[in-house]
Amino acid sequence: MMHEVTRATTTSRIALLGAVVLAIVLAAAPYWGSTANLRLLGEIMVYLALASLWNLLAGFSGLVSIGQQAYVGFGGYVLFTICIALGWNPLYAIPIAGLAAAPISVLVALLVFRLNGAYFAIGTWVVAEVFRLGFAQMSSLGGGSGLSLPINVMREMASTKAEREALIYWAALALGTGSVAIVYALLRSRIGLALTAIRDSEIASSSLGVPIRSIKLFVYVAVAAATSMIGALIFMQKLRIAPNAAFSVTDWTAFVIFMVVIGGIGTIEGPIVGTLLYFLLRQFLADFGSIYLIILGGLAIVTMMVAPKGIWGFFVSRSGISLFPVGYRVKLQDEVRVRRWKGERACRTQ
Amino acid sequence: MDWVNGIVQGVLVGGLFALFATGLSLIFGVMKIVNIAHGDLIVAAAYLAFTIIQLSGLHPVTSLVIVIPIATAAGYLLQTTILNRMLGKDILPPLLVTFGLSIIIQNVLLEIYSADSRRLRAGLIETGSFPLAPGIDIGYLPLMTFLAAVIVVAALQFVFYRTELGRAFRAVSDDPEASQLMGLDNRRIYGFAMALCLAVVAIAGIFLATRANFDPFMGPSRLIFGFEAVIIGGLGNLWGTLAGGVILGVAQAIGAQIDPGWQLLAGHVAFLVILAIRPQGLFPKGTS
Repeated sequence: MMHEVTRATTTSRIALLGAVVLAIVLAAAPYWGSTANLRLLGEIMVYLALASLWNLLAGFSGLVSIGQQAYVGFGGYVLFTICIALGWNPLYAIPIAGLAAAPISVLVALLVFRLNGAYFAIGTWVVAEVFRLGFAQMSSLGGGSGLSLPINVMREMASTKAEREALIYWAALALGTGSVAIVYALLRSRIGLALTAIRDSEIASSSLGVPIRSIKLFVYVAVAAATSMIGALIFMQKLRIAPNAAFSVTDWTAFVIFMVVIGGIGTIEGPIVGTLLYFLLRQFLADFGSIYLIILGGLAIVTMMVAPKGIWGFFVSRSGISLFPVGYRVKLQDEVRVRRWKGERACRTQ
Repeated sequence: MDWVNGIVQGVLVGGLFALFATGLSLIFGVMKIVNIAHGDLIVAAAYLAFTIIQLSGLHPVTSLVIVIPIATAAGYLLQTTILNRMLGKDILPPLLVTFGLSIIIQNVLLEIYSADSRRLRAGLIETGSFPLAPGIDIGYLPLMTFLAAVIVVAALQFVFYRTELGRAFRAVSDDPEASQLMGLDNRRIYGFAMALCLAVVAIAGIFLATRANFDPFMGPSRLIFGFEAVIIGGLGNLWGTLAGGVILGVAQAIGAQIDPGWQLLAGHVAFLVILAIRPQGLFPKGTS
């Protein structure tokens, strides 16, 4: 019997095309959007990136970290160090933050990987606290009260405010869409296959030669580096940094966890859905402050109880649609099957 | 003498850290989950005591008579209505649900009590002290906190190894399926474990709130202190957890002597050093 093994479906091809068109429209936003629009879109991109990366860590690799704010804040401080001490173009800080965070995250991993699953989560949180308290001790970086980016440094990037806004926005767009694309590509690669195997059975996959520790280390370091790049961008948007804001567990981890859980943890589309829903709800509920957090927390708990794969997982289980397929599907070819059957009968009658 | 005094006070504060830690350790021991909302439950218990004291005029220590039963009932309900549904092979659901709970508790407390910091007033116990040696004064409250920690650990040790409930705890921990076959209702046992945990949480909350100011957002750092005490002491060993609390308290005291900004950092560094050189903790299960 003839069959064909494919990843793509018609829906996924349309989705990919739609994503490309959307990316082009978004890339042109500085030409059609107001400053307020650009800032909102930039913030959405930042959270889209953070959510996709945290999902890769927790949803696909079983590394539930509550300490990713360590890398957001670290990236922010790399930006301020580079701009103030060296006077470089702030945009250079984005790749440098990634490069600087990678070796540090290896050291952190050597420690926190000694803690198993649930305790790993709190261990990462302790590390983030150490970062926060450590940077608060550095008087050259403003100590506990923080510091602001001088305007002459921002002029290194571009002379007019509109140009700077556009550049920061494009950087955010690149990091947001880039994070989704990289997570998608990674999950379709050998590493994605290994991660699926580890998720299904650590013992079986390790006996088949999957190097569990190095795969997890690779994911942890890659996510840490990318998170630091986003951190550098975030504080370029904010122009001000202080330890409590830089290493805020609420802003950089709690919101992100809620987005991923509500949207659908362990799915590529989930963080996208969750991020959009978060910003949609915020338009209505932002004025309520702590009530908004209570509602988000409640929604996350209810999601975990009734639909552990979130809104997207629930939708997929009902519809079977996957916009970004990671697995393979077997498609039997009816036409081929009929032709062959007729051929066999022709042979027999001769 | 400053140093000796600092270390003695650190040892006594260690009792408070041990009180934060024992509940955490108990829950992990029985059902292998980590309750991220543990610290926030401690703070919530402190606010409950605050309200009860305002209404009744009771002393903080005697208010435990009311706070402990309410906390215990809340623990049983929390476990049987929400957390029991999250148990399973996957560690993700309980972790994320208790994380959500943590954020909810903080913000509900903020809505009810505002961000002002509060304190429970305990009169003579709070301010009084006696001299141990020249330059070293032992406060009644820190001493009581430490003794409370010793009594709590001893009591939990007794419950765990000398009672029928403790046998059930150990059974569901070792093999939940076999214990169910032997006629135990695991879900109820988990409920009792969480109830017991919250009784300890109530005690920790009262001592926390009498010792210093508290506000709705100080839960997570209490969780972290408790967690560090558990890991330093060694998983599954309650006396080890007390020792872990003392080590953390002393490390913070030494840090504070060097520079006030180093107090918390020194505690975290001590934890990370022990994690680096002895990840199983100083007194892992089986050595006591």
